[in-house]
Amino acid sequence: MAIEINGTSADAAPRPGQCLRTFLREQGNLGVKKGCDGGDCGACTVHVDGTPVHSCIYPAVRAEGHAVTTIEGLAGAGGAEGQLHPVQQQFLERQGFQCGFCTAGMVMTAATFDDDQKENLPRNLKGNLCRCTGYRAIADAVCGHAGHPNPQGPGSGIAGEGQPDPEPGRLGDDVPAPASRAVVTGKARYTLDVPQEQLQGLLHLKVLRSPHAHAHVVSIDKAAALKVPGVVAVFTHEDAPEQLFSTAQHELFTDDPDDTRVLDDVVRFIGQRVAAVVAESVGAAEAGVRALQVDYEELPAVFSPQDALLPGAPLVHGDKDAARSRIARPERNVVAELHSELGNVADGFASAGFIHEQTYQTQRVQHVALETHAAIASVDAEGRLQVRTSSQVPFLVRRTLCRVFGLEEDKVHVVAGRVGGGFGGKQEVLTEDLVALAALKLKRPVQLELTRTEQFTATTTRHPFTIKLKAGASQDGKLTALELDVVTNTGAYGNHGPGVMFHGCGESLAVYNCANKKVDAHSVYTNTVPAGAFRGYGLSQMIFAIESAMDELAAGIGMDPLEFRRLNMVREGDHMLSTQPDPEEDVHYGSYGLDQCLDLVRDALSRGRERYLQAGLEDLGPDWMVGEGAALSMIDTVPPRGHFAHSRIRLLPDGTYQADVGTAEFGNGTTTVHAQLAATALSTQASKVLVRQSDTDLVEHDTGAFGSAGTVVAGKATLAAAEELAVRIRALAAGIRQTQASACVLDGDSLVVDGTPLALSELAQAAAEAGVELAAEGRWGGTPRSVAFNVHGFRVAVNRGTGELKILQSVQAADAGVVVNPRQCRGQIEGGIAQALGATLYEEVVVDDAGKVTTDILRQYHIPTFADVPRSEVYFADTNDKMGPLGAKSMSESPFNPVAPALANAIRNATGVRFASLPIARDRIYLGLKEAGLVPKLERVPS
Amino acid sequence: MDMNTIEAVVRTTDPAEWRDGDAWLAGGTVLFSYGSYAFGPQPLKRLLDLGAAGWTPITVTGDGIELAATCTIAQLYSLPGQPEVSGRSWPALDLVRACCDSFVASFKVWNMSTVGGNLCTSLPAGPVISLCAGLHGVATILTPGGGSRTLPVADFITGDARNRLAPGELLRSVHLPASALSARVAFRRLSLSNLGRSGVLLIGRLDGGTSLVLTVTAATKRPVQLRFDALPDADQLTAALDEAIPADLYHDDIHGLPAWRRDMTYRLAEEIRAELATPQGTPGLAVSGDFWPPRTGGMPGSGPTTLSKGA
Repeated sequence: MAIEINGTSADAAPRPGQCLRTFLREQGNLGVKKGCDGGDCGACTVHVDGTPVHSCIYPAVRAEGHAVTTIEGLAGAGGAEGQLHPVQQQFLERQGFQCGFCTAGMVMTAATFDDDQKENLPRNLKGNLCRCTGYRAIADAVCGHAGHPNPQGPGSGIAGEGQPDPEPGRLGDDVPAPASRAVVTGKARYTLDVPQEQLQGLLHLKVLRSPHAHAHVVSIDKAAALKVPGVVAVFTHEDAPEQLFSTAQHELFTDDPDDTRVLDDVVRFIGQRVAAVVAESVGAAEAGVRALQVDYEELPAVFSPQDALLPGAPLVHGDKDAARSRIARPERNVVAELHSELGNVADGFASAGFIHEQTYQTQRVQHVALETHAAIASVDAEGRLQVRTSSQVPFLVRRTLCRVFGLEEDKVHVVAGRVGGGFGGKQEVLTEDLVALAALKLKRPVQLELTRTEQFTATTTRHPFTIKLKAGASQDGKLTALELDVVTNTGAYGNHGPGVMFHGCGESLAVYNCANKKVDAHSVYTNTVPAGAFRGYGLSQMIFAIESAMDELAAGIGMDPLEFRRLNMVREGDHMLSTQPDPEEDVHYGSYGLDQCLDLVRDALSRGRERYLQAGLEDLGPDWMVGEGAALSMIDTVPPRGHFAHSRIRLLPDGTYQADVGTAEFGNGTTTVHAQLAATALSTQASKVLVRQSDTDLVEHDTGAFGSAGTVVAGKATLAAAEELAVRIRALAAGIRQTQASACVLDGDSLVVDGTPLALSELAQAAAEAGVELAAEGRWGGTPRSVAFNVHGFRVAVNRGTGELKILQSVQAADAGVVVNPRQCRGQIEGGIAQALGATLYEEVVVDDAGKVTTDILRQYHIPTFADVPRSEVYFADTNDKMGPLGAKSMSESPFNPVAPALANAIRNATGVRFASLPIARDRIYLGLKEAGLVPKLERVPS
Repeated sequence: MDMNTIEAVVRTTDPAEWRDGDAWLAGGTVLFSYGSYAFGPQPLKRLLDLGAAGWTPITVTGDGIELAATCTIAQLYSLPGQPEVSGRSWPALDLVRACCDSFVASFKVWNMSTVGGNLCTSLPAGPVISLCAGLHGVATILTPGGGSRTLPVADFITGDARNRLAPGELLRSVHLPASALSARVAFRRLSLSNLGRSGVLLIGRLDGGTSLVLTVTAATKRPVQLRFDALPDADQLTAALDEAIPADLYHDDIHGLPAWRRDMTYRLAEEIRAELATPQGTPGLAVSGDFWPPRTGGMPGSGPTTLSKGA
């Protein structure tokens, strides 16, 4: 019996062990997504005879004789063709998505809800994970709520004093994402959503991974693997280029150590690539991997950075030349180090009235972008390498592939489709090199799709930091000294190791005026899964320590913690100093809203307190301890050391515009922002600007979508291009009409010349006839830079008997300059808060004593579900930046940064106990309270 | 995920057909989530599909309730509202929804996953284990020789992902006796996250209104049962827990540190004791965690009571 899919019987029958998800995708239903492939995330939700199921754990043979509905058929099932299902319509109207990878599953699930189920979304959406939004927008979409507060109200980020008024379709308007309709209908094309007919002869690559933390690969016997039916080739270190590189991607490749080979004959962590098997099917490739015989010579391994720093410790990259690989001290496992002292901390401590000393620790966390790493490579008829990849940095991927494989840049074309989340994890080359190697050798298209387990065990994590902190304050509330000894664990490879260490020790310290600051920092190799770029790039770890310490200092001298911050934080014009005696040359106060952010949070917390009082909810009973806490953070709006963007824009014959930009869209909303910026410059609507992006053939170069650069760097290039185009259009019209350019005013679809409208389509035709191309380019080099601020506040209740934590109020204030799209920017902040709550309360990639990651599926690595995330209040400071495009600043990484210390400070305020290690899970809260003698000594509870 | 080593799906319920490399396929939600290596280093080759078994999911008689191994969690969840049980005075049915809601898996997974699957996966946090052990469930197991055997669910599970099934044996059903269903019960559960995987799950059952059976699950590697002829006092309860659960029996994984699980076991046990020592509906009782007391009306949307989140 055939499987019916969206009303049509499938031609094919499933394989015996096939799950419904892959069967549906093979039948062309590419809206069915893989987030986990284990029944946890719900991205693959479909209906079987109207019942919602996770198709990744549904045996496909069980669907025989049944009717399956996917996102592609949802509207058709209930209404006319081309129409949207009401839930799709609501997700579109409320913008209930960012990257959109979870959206089809969300829609398919919510489409089955009755009113009762909508009343309890924490329960009924716990099988649908979203990593981007923080769920507020999803709740609004599922329930058809009105959405976020008045975008023009106070604290909205637009139309404040000194800020422009919002204009429909332009700056300050809640323009919907251009991809909205494609996202809610499952038609948005992510990396692997390429129709089969476009990939004739596609091969699949699977990786044999090291079972040893440190070993020399003595030999690999490929014979049995090559005999497996369907296996086409096996690649080992013998096939890999000698060129060392770093998986980390930066404008300057010299920012990271060259310590990695595509395939190496030394493996340095459990999970490292040993060999790649390419076959006609995933199953055959897997069988080939199992058939490989590898002889390893095990080497001594080291797992903690503290051990790795000891004399005589096993050396992870002892074979490398320090200068050639740019490793600070390979003989001591040190990738990079930093030693600085401003002023004299000994003097500072001598003048302190109170000194706080504590060792703070942050754990490994994983990005858990819903779309796993994946890439497809092929060689086209012209011999050009074509790579389609899930990347934040397609131009840098091209550069790295050229460097590793010795190719010319014009012989490599890299594109990213819509990217299903990044968070820094896709600022790496983790798949592209392998598929390129295989495609170049085999001249056939080759695909590699990582599993969720590979994401956890073999990609990258946030860098774990151990921060020994000593800080002093005078009795009158002045910070007198700040001393930090920082050890970061970069894992087996140094990708982003130096950058994360340096950046972490930057703005986190620079935000405070303190004459005496001392930092010793080491980024250290260990035989564990590599750490890499992660939202915040070192800041979230350091800010956890420093902002916790600020509260301790305030408590120590008996001062209100916000008041203490106010006394010590930088004010506009103050030098921002961290580890260098002079401020960064190109970092300026393009605007300053930190003081406003503090006030916004303080006032919101006090309103919240009042609400609880009014509602009679202030007393939660003797088991609950209630407290408040806050933390601040600063971030440079652009990464240092160069960040470049190039944009092109042109007028199309129909009178609309086409903007080509380099930066990638992975849910950050830059497509919308670019359309709005261009629309503002061209006095039109964002809907009239078609943005194409993340394709190395479209523009010259773009450093990429990291360091929150999508708006303030790439956006600036697009704005410049649009402004230039506006000038050219007006000049051309002036020439045609024999008038001054100043008499020509762009107005939507037309150009008004001396009061008479001329349709842009006519102008485009006139230009074409005259042989003039109405197009312009814009560039931006990422400097000078400004600073952006975030302040987060919490009210919490902690249960002294069980360790349970309830978030009573969550509020964040952000200084994002002029907010281009308030709804979208609020979404970035809500998503950052949710992701940070996960990293604060639950998430930890656990590595056991043998170096093996044990939390390798989502059931062992709990990311926040709907039930875990409170609705946060979000406010914007009223500022207008001098550097950013039309006054805007960056706001994508930074909302994450103040959340963990704010929560730890609230718990400290509630309980008196300082939790200095993350995550602050309930069991650890309870045990911490017990140690502090705060657990009630019921006679029933044994000692 | 695809189980690419599977060569055949065989529809059968006959243990005699089982051979090395086979796995029984009930809902598939565990097999397909862990993949071909769900049961060790040797890949699975065939799935013996129970999908066409045709076993009646739930059979209610005066003796109690028979749950087929293939009964889905969705079917189990709907049981308390069904006419077969509504006339009976089985207060312990309140445990059914509390246990189902203790699944970390969503209601969508419940449409496929089964009672038998959860028992045979034998994870410490398996909520069907808690339910069936707490209600003195007795498992019927079909053996390859054509026979069958029975044993209490509390004894069926022997450790983390370990049970008493021999190769080829097939769990057929679990019987929940009317005597247990008639008892007054109490339930407590804690998780490290809201609605997350159980770190501690305790069920108390007051048989005949006097004797207490306390079933500890999730906190321990396998179910632990304590029996008291009469309701113990707090000290007796503590002493009995000390006796019954050695330190290394507390489960140690990412879902809760053993020291927390241990203290929570004592805390929840005392809460259950206190609840069952007082008349039903006594106000002011300590109720830690979620899903208890059961909500009346049993709305499918019902869940935990939570404080309002911010404003």
